[in-house]
Amino acid sequence: MNIFSQLGRYWIFMATLFSKPEKASVYRKRVMEEMESIGVSSLGIVTLISVFMGAVITIQTVYNLVSPLVPLYVVGLVARDTMIIEFSPTIIMLVLAGKVGSSIASEIGTMRVTEQIDALEIMGINSSGYLVVPKMIAAIFITPFLVLISMFVGIAGGWLAALASGVIPPVDYIKGIQYEFLPFNVTFAMIKTVVFAFLITSISSFQGFYTQGGSLEVGQSSTKAVVYSSVMILIFDYVITQLILA
Amino acid sequence: MIEVKNVTKGFNGKKILENVSHKFERGKVNLIIGASGSGKTVLVKCMVGLVEVDAGRIEYDERNFSEMDFQTRKPIRREIGMLFQGSALFDSMTVEQNVMFPLKMLSNMSYSERADRVNFCLQRVNLPNSHKLFPSEISGGMKKRVAIARAIAMNPKYLYCDEPNSGLDPKTSIVIDELIMEITEEYQTCTVINTHDMNSVMTMGENILFIHQGKKWWSGTTAQIFKSDNEELDEFIFASKIMQNLRK
Repeated sequence: MNIFSQLGRYWIFMATLFSKPEKASVYRKRVMEEMESIGVSSLGIVTLISVFMGAVITIQTVYNLVSPLVPLYVVGLVARDTMIIEFSPTIIMLVLAGKVGSSIASEIGTMRVTEQIDALEIMGINSSGYLVVPKMIAAIFITPFLVLISMFVGIAGGWLAALASGVIPPVDYIKGIQYEFLPFNVTFAMIKTVVFAFLITSISSFQGFYTQGGSLEVGQSSTKAVVYSSVMILIFDYVITQLILA
Repeated sequence: MIEVKNVTKGFNGKKILENVSHKFERGKVNLIIGASGSGKTVLVKCMVGLVEVDAGRIEYDERNFSEMDFQTRKPIRREIGMLFQGSALFDSMTVEQNVMFPLKMLSNMSYSERADRVNFCLQRVNLPNSHKLFPSEISGGMKKRVAIARAIAMNPKYLYCDEPNSGLDPKTSIVIDELIMEITEEYQTCTVINTHDMNSVMTMGENILFIHQGKKWWSGTTAQIFKSDNEELDEFIFASKIMQNLRK
């Protein structure tokens, strides 16, 4: 019963977001600020994780390719497609669910328990719209760029691993990443990214918005935001893959 | 004038407010007093629309607030200023941005007009040089004054103050009380204060509503408190030795 009441509250919350904004210029400025907070500030962690993911995929693929019949350039192909189709959109968004999701839930949760949201409502401002919509728009616009950067850096990380460890000649790796490239894979990754960005921001905002109590409950909301966002990302990853690729 | 008519409110089957009716007058400091858990905060939350009433109605100058939805309430909400118990200043904004926020969101003023209004409001609460400070950098008393400046920025007709003196030292409490009284007189606001600070009751009580166990138990003025034979009111007001001596 609890899950249904939570789902009901979530959809009611979603419905409250999309009323006419009080001042469009204020919302535009807030979207820019959120893009910086969600996107630019996550660039470091995204780059770091991607470069090591690409490197590890490359080395592990070489390690598992024991047949001499399989050409070595397949390693580059596997690294490229793994990064583009799964690792960049899904793993990076799971990382962002932890970083951005917890930050959104704790920010909005703290505003709730310190009556800042009540203050907005008494002024006649749609508090959920004002607080959540800019985060949602910013995440939907900026995360595809983060994922594109992740793809590029991850593939480059594979090349660096090939160069540094010598497990595969870099020429073969370069040939592999160019071999039978399907641009649709990038489109598919972008579709997943946009859906995941929506899930992270909406679930985290929802958890923060309905926080009741004090600092302990803010922490609990933050944890729930990360857990629920991550679970929903994995479920939707399967659903989208089934719908588009199967 | 704000009129509360037969308001009833409960949570999880338990009645918190029962058939409360009262008139809060314009140009006066109206106090809601009562022990902790008596229902006074719920009454204020019902009055500002943060909590919906189960029965009865809230009227702002004969406009039925309880029957309105979020959109139709907007014009009335813009006439309301509220000082929260914990000040509720936006942490990410400076003092100046906090006071400017309602003007930026709800008015069509230019930046210079808004800046002038902010200067005026901060001057009015005796905080002329705090524009660039963040809420985390100022004291509790200063936070309350910034919150008052934010509450009056839009020239409200109705001013709510939830426990304005909580967490403040006695001297600062007097400063805040005086400020609220001056603003009420200057702007002829209908000021509603939820308090259990006896000093506020004795100095500001022009129209006092005493809530006991969720019901309107007594109403009157400070002078009438001393003549009242209401047992629960007596117990509440004259609980401390200082108040007992004052009565003698």
